[in-house]
Amino acid sequence: MLNQKEILSTIEMIDQQHLDIRTITMGISLLSCCDPDPKRACEKIYDKITRYAEKLVQTGEDIERDFGIPIVNKRISVTPMALVAGASETEDYVPFALAMDRAARTCGVNFIGGYSALVQKGMTEADERLIRSIPQALAQTELVCSSVNVGSTKAGINMDAVALMGRIIKETAEATRDQDGLGCAKLVVFCNAVEDNPFMAGAFHGVGEAEKVINVGVSGPGVVHHALQAVKGEPFDVVAETVKKTAFRITRMGQLVAREASQRLDTPFGIVDLSLAPTPAVGDSVARILEEMGLEVCGTHGTTAALALLNDAVKKGGVMASSSVGGLSGAFIPVSEDEGMIAAARAGTLCLDKLEAMTCVCSVGLDMIAVPGDTPAETISAIIADEAAIGMVNCKTTAVRLLPAPGKHVGDTIEMGGLLGSAPVMPVHGESSGAFIARGGRIPAPLHSLKN
Amino acid sequence: MNAIVTVVGQDRVGIIAAVCILLSKYNVNILDISQTILQGAFTMVMAVDVAKSTASIGELGTALAGLGDEMGLSIRIQREEIFDAMHRI
Repeated sequence: MLNQKEILSTIEMIDQQHLDIRTITMGISLLSCCDPDPKRACEKIYDKITRYAEKLVQTGEDIERDFGIPIVNKRISVTPMALVAGASETEDYVPFALAMDRAARTCGVNFIGGYSALVQKGMTEADERLIRSIPQALAQTELVCSSVNVGSTKAGINMDAVALMGRIIKETAEATRDQDGLGCAKLVVFCNAVEDNPFMAGAFHGVGEAEKVINVGVSGPGVVHHALQAVKGEPFDVVAETVKKTAFRITRMGQLVAREASQRLDTPFGIVDLSLAPTPAVGDSVARILEEMGLEVCGTHGTTAALALLNDAVKKGGVMASSSVGGLSGAFIPVSEDEGMIAAARAGTLCLDKLEAMTCVCSVGLDMIAVPGDTPAETISAIIADEAAIGMVNCKTTAVRLLPAPGKHVGDTIEMGGLLGSAPVMPVHGESSGAFIARGGRIPAPLHSLKN
Repeated sequence: MNAIVTVVGQDRVGIIAAVCILLSKYNVNILDISQTILQGAFTMVMAVDVAKSTASIGELGTALAGLGDEMGLSIRIQREEIFDAMHRI
């Protein structure tokens, strides 16, 4: 029998420590929607998404009520659109994004991911068409998220794609200039992208996945922070144990919700993504966890070590709690979406170079970082190349989601509102990387990719 | 199916009575009640059986939250599995 203390501790986690299920994401394969006629393909896409995800939002809300646990987002991810659109005889891929957007609105979800291309080794004509259409696709839609995988441990880094993405990010910012370049918040450049990630903006439904699947992303930085407050001054072994126990609890809840959603929607359960995903709310910050470990401000010396411990302990605690762990699983460090990171960046303690070091040991990469609007495309490409190199060599996922807000300078702040938060513009190095990016070609895969 | 009802707030006369009357109206059977004053706050946890309830958990939740608003308390109902998941291996 459960005791009162246990029950009340769960309620306190939900009420005061922002414990929630961050997202239930339904992955849908759109490969069956390929059609030489682009109009017909878009109709098929709309029909299939709305048919499969018709009850997604309602089911999420029902589960929320039954279990008394907030489920913040209900989302959809689809097959990388370049693979579907490639079958159609058209140069213009924006209508495919519009079809996704319409379907997402009909279903009532808050984002749909998968306007994507996987070009780690080379670009097909369709991949290139899709990438070139991203700025307009993101400007003309509201709910569509886009991602491009430019590298992998197995294939190396496609530097032509890296160069192109620098320009595309700039163009996307320009195309959404009236919203401070908001389009860039919905565009991620990956190395080692995963096929079952439930989190946006990088979610897509990989080609190795089933017809449809339910993936769940948990959250809970506030709960971890609170648990660590009880072990002030204790050695790191105790810190790691405490994080593990907390991550176990959070993930068990995610697993329960995932199983329930999968049953009710008659859709196979895919994975639980054990991520500590912060929000801009006070008390829901990953930076504050690192500071709780004894750092005056996140970004100072020791931050990378603290994050490494946190990331590892979250995985170790969570992995036993779920029958299938996947996605990105680890700690997220999106600057604009984390109240503590925003404060540290404003104070000047957290800089881009430190964030890059942190991405070596956390689950993703340079995420939601505002840079000056006049940052050259080559500099953005070079930042992507650095980040992709970290992912490629360390066999991990890395990503770049930069916001070069038009007309904004260091010291300004971009306000995006909601879960996207606000981002202080951070300085980048002024010295050019132009000649480096102009080379193009491919950075070969590292020696340890040759495992066979 | 079992669920847990929790009531937290300022102590006053008639809290248990009001919650029990509401639950009985929907044919919800009470299995266990424990109640304490925790740091000055009235805290009650009830295990209930909703198998024969005339309302869904969602509807019960709305009714209980409404009663909570009237009485200045936080009242909620949640399926038991969520607590089992978090606290039992």
